Amino acid sequence: MGLEQQLEIPVLTTTVEKAVKWARSSAIWPVTFGLACCAIEMMAMSCSRYDVARFGAEVFRASPRQADLMIVAGRLSRKMAPVLRRIYDQMPEPKWVISMGACASVGGVFDNYAIVQGVDQVVPVDVFVPGCPPRPESLIYGIVQLQKKINESRI
Amino acid sequence: MPKLAVPPLADALPAGSFELVESQDDLPVIRVPAASIVDVCRVLRDHPALQFVVCLDITAADHFPRRPRIDIVYHLVSTSQSWTLRVVVQLNTVDEQVPTVSTVWPAANWLEREVWDLFGVTFTGHPQLERLLTPDDWEGHPLRKDYPVQVKLPVKTYAPLQLTEEEFRANVEADRRLRRS
Repeated sequence: MGLEQQLEIPVLTTTVEKAVKWARSSAIWPVTFGLACCAIEMMAMSCSRYDVARFGAEVFRASPRQADLMIVAGRLSRKMAPVLRRIYDQMPEPKWVISMGACASVGGVFDNYAIVQGVDQVVPVDVFVPGCPPRPESLIYGIVQLQKKINESRI
Repeated sequence: MPKLAVPPLADALPAGSFELVESQDDLPVIRVPAASIVDVCRVLRDHPALQFVVCLDITAADHFPRRPRIDIVYHLVSTSQSWTLRVVVQLNTVDEQVPTVSTVWPAANWLEREVWDLFGVTFTGHPQLERLLTPDDWEGHPLRKDYPVQVKLPVKTYAPLQLTEEEFRANVEADRRLRRS
């Protein structure tokens, strides 16, 4: 560009797309939505020992209007499915979904009439995190994968 | 496991209205015919030597293909006398009906709704026999032995608001007035 040489103050240049993706991926605000025991690991992830603030995803919002990530943490019952979908619909775009653990991803041990066999039947899932429950490190890895996905997507 | 003491039921209840059953655990168990369950429960609650004032749980067990098929199980606690009692009502089929005991213990209301929801046993005289645990439009009673447990139905992702539009607007208006004042 040459702008750096013409001005006397230091300047960094970038594109709008890169700046927006950088802003989106480094301030992911998850919605406070725990369904089962996976939510305990999700809480541990945001607390001091694992400290997901290092990756900019620590601001759990109690309102879906302010959130842009939904972590489906636990088994989803058929009665809860419309509620989950409504919360997802209330989140503003752009929004992402992490399916945390075996139950949310494929139903886990609950192969029965009451549990949804995979939340991808209800909401579009970006990252599946395996485990029963996943350790906080796994979920942080899932969030890093989501950040990569955001940075490689087009706006 | 030591057996818990059997309360002095024979003093309070008329002979023949109940039958003491050999228990598999430490709780004393009596078996009562379905028709007289309300009268027996009222005596158990009100008799000064018993005072079973707490209806701890009502549940059921499906013993299909055994006849009688259904056991309705009432767990009662007497806080003043430190007694626990299990009352069993047996039904030959799922179509037989039991009188409600929610007139004796108000806590029985939801417990009987749960039993109706999951086993399909009708409690006559119940004030609000509706679905409690499963969604309102559920078909069948999941804890019956002949229920197809691994049935795969499409997932419902939409449920109508339980408020009407007018009620919703009224709530929003009331909230605005509250914020302004």
